[in-house]
Amino acid sequence: MSIERSDVEKIAHLARLELAEADMPGYVHNLSSIFDLVAQMDHVDTDNVEPMAHPMAMTQRLREDIVTETNQREHFQQIAAQTENGLYLVPKVIE
Amino acid sequence: MQWEVVIGLEIHAQLATKSKIFSAASTAYGAAPNSQACAVDLGLPGVLPVFNKEALRMAVKFGLANGCDITRRSVFARKNYFYPDLPKGYQISQMDHPIVAKGELEIELEDGSTKIIGITRAHLEEDAGKSLHEDFHGMTGIDLNRAGTPLLEIVSEPDMRSAKEAVAYMKKIHSLVQYLEICDGNMQEGSFRCDANVSIRPKGQQEYGTRAELKNINSFRFVERAINVEVERQIDVLEGGAKVVQETRLYDADKNETRSMRSKEEAFDYRYFPDPDLLPVEIDDAYIEAIRATLPELPDAKKMRFIDEYNLKAEDANTLTSDRGLADFFEAVVKTGGDTKLSANWVISELLGALNKGSMGLAESPVTAEMLGDMIKRIKDNTISGKIAKQVFAAMWEDEGDADAIIEAKGLKQVTDSGAIEKIVDEVLANNPAQVEQYRGGNEKILGFFVGQVMKASQGKANPGQVNQLLSAKLKD
Amino acid sequence: MHNKTIAELSQSLAQGAFSSVELTQAYLERIERFDGQINSYITVAADEALAAAKQADAQIKAGTAGILTGIPLAQKDIFCTNGIKTTCGSKMLDNFISPYDATVISHFKQAGAVMLGKTNMDEFAMGSSNETSFYGAVKNPWDLDAVPGGSSGGSAAVVAARLAPASTGTDTGGSIRQPAALCGITGLKPTYGRVSRYGMIAFASSLDQAGPMARTAEDCALMMNVMAGFDDKDSTSIAREVPDYSVTLNQSLAGLKIGLPKEYFAEGLDNDVAGAVQAAIEAYKKLGAKVVEISLPNTGLSVPAYYVVAPAECSSNLSRFDGVRFGYRCDNPKDLEDLYKRSRGEGFGAEVKRRIMVGAYVLSAGYYDAYYIKAQKARQLISQDFKRAFEKVDVIMGPTSPTVAFNLGEKIDDPITMYLSDAYTIATNLAGLPGLSVPCGFVGQRPVGLQIIGNYFDEARLLNVAHQYQQHTDWHARAPEAFR
Repeated sequence: MSIERSDVEKIAHLARLELAEADMPGYVHNLSSIFDLVAQMDHVDTDNVEPMAHPMAMTQRLREDIVTETNQREHFQQIAAQTENGLYLVPKVIE
Repeated sequence: MQWEVVIGLEIHAQLATKSKIFSAASTAYGAAPNSQACAVDLGLPGVLPVFNKEALRMAVKFGLANGCDITRRSVFARKNYFYPDLPKGYQISQMDHPIVAKGELEIELEDGSTKIIGITRAHLEEDAGKSLHEDFHGMTGIDLNRAGTPLLEIVSEPDMRSAKEAVAYMKKIHSLVQYLEICDGNMQEGSFRCDANVSIRPKGQQEYGTRAELKNINSFRFVERAINVEVERQIDVLEGGAKVVQETRLYDADKNETRSMRSKEEAFDYRYFPDPDLLPVEIDDAYIEAIRATLPELPDAKKMRFIDEYNLKAEDANTLTSDRGLADFFEAVVKTGGDTKLSANWVISELLGALNKGSMGLAESPVTAEMLGDMIKRIKDNTISGKIAKQVFAAMWEDEGDADAIIEAKGLKQVTDSGAIEKIVDEVLANNPAQVEQYRGGNEKILGFFVGQVMKASQGKANPGQVNQLLSAKLKD
Repeated sequence: MHNKTIAELSQSLAQGAFSSVELTQAYLERIERFDGQINSYITVAADEALAAAKQADAQIKAGTAGILTGIPLAQKDIFCTNGIKTTCGSKMLDNFISPYDATVISHFKQAGAVMLGKTNMDEFAMGSSNETSFYGAVKNPWDLDAVPGGSSGGSAAVVAARLAPASTGTDTGGSIRQPAALCGITGLKPTYGRVSRYGMIAFASSLDQAGPMARTAEDCALMMNVMAGFDDKDSTSIAREVPDYSVTLNQSLAGLKIGLPKEYFAEGLDNDVAGAVQAAIEAYKKLGAKVVEISLPNTGLSVPAYYVVAPAECSSNLSRFDGVRFGYRCDNPKDLEDLYKRSRGEGFGAEVKRRIMVGAYVLSAGYYDAYYIKAQKARQLISQDFKRAFEKVDVIMGPTSPTVAFNLGEKIDDPITMYLSDAYTIATNLAGLPGLSVPCGFVGQRPVGLQIIGNYFDEARLLNVAHQYQQHTDWHARAPEAFR
C-alpha cells in the first residue's frame, strides 16, 4: 500500500510531530514499505476470529477506594520545564 | 416555518469517591494547585492505572436506578488528543462497551404531564485538569488536581423538544445522583456539568438537522438560556438561507450568546482503542443484585408514597422529594410534630423560604427537623397559634433556643382561658360601638375587624378559634 | 572476580573472599577501562553503587543477606530509578531524573543488589540493533563491527563484556532474547504479567515484559526470584504464586518433548545458524529429550500483526511526552501547537517518529478495522497456534534470530529488513508466552542463540531446560577475548 506525502503530513499533525522537510521523502518511503509488510495480513481469512486485545484472558482487578498518595508537588515539579505558583506553564491556550 | 427543537444532553457527574478513578490521590475539591496530582495523574513515564472499586459500584447503581442494562463485560478505551489539561495525551474512557447501556427516565413537565427520555448509555471516564487563564506572562497555568477524578458521562437520546424539557431532565438526573449518593451535585464546583446537543428541523420532518454542541453549561438557568439562544441563532441561520455547521460552541452567560470554539474547530480523530493497561471489567449477577439491594427509595416512588401516606398535594410532594435530604427532613418533622399538612407547609414555605433568603443549604439550617417538629406540636396542642409560631420560628432561626424555651421566655403561650378572652372581647365591643352597629345591621364581614382587635389586644396570644366563637355569640346577643 | 557468575559471587561474598565494595569497585574500574569501546552504559551510578555496596556489606556481616545482596547489576535505562537519570535512550528524556522507582528496581533494592548504572538501549526500546539510541550505537563485544542486537543491546553487551555480572532487559518483540543471542548470553522473557511493568517506560503495553539477562540460566533463575511477582500497581500483573526458580534447575530432561516448528527452519534462516541450532537439538536428544516436528502455521502473520499492534500502542503511550511536565521542551515555543510539535519532533528520533505515525495511522478513522482489528485477529490465530502446539509438546525450540549479529549500519536505513530480524521472537510476545535464548555456538566470532519457548508460566521449566544444556556445554562460559 502506498502512502502519500499528504498522509504523512496528516498523521504527523495528529501525532503532533514536526518533521524536517528533508526527511519527508524518507518517511513517505519507509511508511509505504511498512504498510506493504502489514498488508501481508490481508491474505489470511479472519472472518470468524475473535480479536485479541490482550495476551492473558484476565479481568480487571479493583482497587479499594483509599487515598494513600501525599502531596509531592515540589518533588515532581523539579523536572518540569516551567512552573509558577505550583502550576505547569504552557503557551497561552485560546478558547 | 414551524421549527421543531431537538435536544440531547451529555451530563458529566463527578462520582463521589475518596480517591481518583485510577490512582490513590485525593479527589477533594479546592486543594492547592497540583498538590493532589500524583505520579499516575501526572502521567509520568512508566506509571499505570488501577481501577477504583467504588467508581464501578456507583456507575452500576446509577444504571440500576434507571432500569438500564448493565454491561457484564465493559472495556476501557483510550481517547487520544493533545491538550495541556490532559496529561497522558489520552483520556481513559469507555467506547464500545460502556458499563451502563440503554435505559430511560420519566420527566415531569410544568403542565403536570410526563415524558419518557431515553438514556443511551452512561460510561466511566477520567476527568481532565484545569487550565487557568490568568496571565502568567502571557502563558496558561495548568492545575492537574482534577485530572483523574471519576466521571460518569450520562448520554441521553435526542428526545427533548424544548429547553424546558432539557432542564427538567437535567434536574431529574441531578436529583437522582444525589439520592443515590454517587455525586454531590455541586454545580459551582463543577461536580455536575452538562453539554447540550442542539438542532432544529422543520416540524414534521423525520431526519435530524445539523447539531451544535454547547459545552460545559454549569447551571440550570444557563442550560435553558443557552439552548434558547442557540435555537434562535439556528433559526436565523436557516431562515437566512445558510446552513448550520456541526461544531462545538461555548455559551457566554454575560453576553447571553453562543460562540464557536475556534480551538476545537479542527476535526478530531480520537483514535479510540482498548486501553492495554487495563483489562475488561467483568461483573456477575450476584454483584449486580447486591448493589440493587442497596438502592434507596427513588424520587418517583417517594413522591407517590408522600401523596399516599401523608395526603400531600402532588406539587408539595414534588417539592419535598426533589432532594433526598429535604425529604428526610420533612419525614423527621412529621415524626416529631405529628401533623403532615402543617409539616409540609412549614418545611415548604417557612424553612425553604428562610434558607433561600440566606442562600443556605439544608445542612446549614439552624432549625433542625426535631426543633421544627416540636414547634408544630405546640401549634397542634394550641399552646401557640400559627401566627405566633412565626415568631417562634424566627427566634429559633436566630439560635435563641428550642420552641418551648422561646415560648416560655417570651411569654407567647396562647390564652385559652375563656374568662380572660371574654374580658378582652367585651372591652373591644365596648370601644367600637359604631362597628357593632354595622355588624348588627347586616355587615357580617366586619367580624374580621373585631377578631383583629382582640388579637391585637391580646398581643396575638388569644386562641383565634375561641375569639371567633365568643365574638359571634356576643354580637348576636 | 569478573568471570564469576552471580551464584559464585554470592558464595564468595558470603565467605568473605571479597566485599561487595571491592566487587563493585572492580566492576566500576572495568567499566571505566572498557566501556569506551562498546558504549554500553548511558549512566554509571558509581557513588550510589558504592553506597549500596557498603550497606550490603553490613548486611552480609550481620547475616541478613540474601542471594543477591551486594551483587552489582546493570539496569536497562527503561526502568525508572529515583534520583537517577532515566533516558529510555532518548533525547526526549535526556534531562529526566525519575522521581520514583520502578517496581523491578524496588525489588532489587530490597534484595540488597547494587546498581552499577543504566544501560544503553534503542530509543524507547524501538529497534533491534541498538542503533536508534540517542546516546549512540552499542558495539558487540564479540566483534566491534557488529551490532549487539536490541533493544536491550546495552544490557546484553555489559554481560558479554563482563562489565556487570547480569542485567535486566525488556522484551516487546524480542528485545531480551535477540540481543542475548547476538551477544552470547542467556536471556529470559517471562510470561506477560509475571514481572511488574510499573515504572518500566511503556513501549507497547500489551507486549512489554521485563526479564533477566545473565551469563547462565542459573543466574537468570536467581534474578527471577527477585523480579517476578504480583504488583498491585499494575493491573496486568498476575496474582499467582512465584516458585523458587532455582530449585528445579537440576531436574532431568528425560522424556522432555521438544517441538520444532517447521516454519522456524524455513527460508530466511542462515545455514550456519541452523547448523548450530540443530547441534543443540542433538545435545538435547542425548539428554533424553524427544523431538517432534510441529507447525505454527500463522508464523508469517506475526511480524505484520506486530507492526500494527506495537505502533498503535506506542503512538498513544508516547503522547505524554509533550514538553509540559517532564522531558525535553523545545526553545521558545511560539504557541501551544508549536510546543507540542517541536518538542516531540526534536525530542524523538526517526524510528520512534516512524512508529508513532504508523500507530496513529492504523488507529485513525476509517482504518481501525482494516488494521487494528485485523491485527488483533491475527494475534488470536498466532496464539491459537501455540495453544495447539503445547497440547503436544513441553517446549518449542528454534533459532532466536535468523542470523548472527549483523554489521553496524547494515540495516539501519532499511526498517523492513531490521524488523524481520525479530521474525522468530515476536510471536511469543503476541501470545504472551515466555521465551528464553541460550548461547549454542558461533558463526565465526559471532554467537548463535537457541530459543526455547514455554507454555504460560513455565519459566521454571525453561530455566531448567537451559540449565541442563549449560551443564553439558560451555558456550555460555566463553568470553570475548578483548574483555577477558
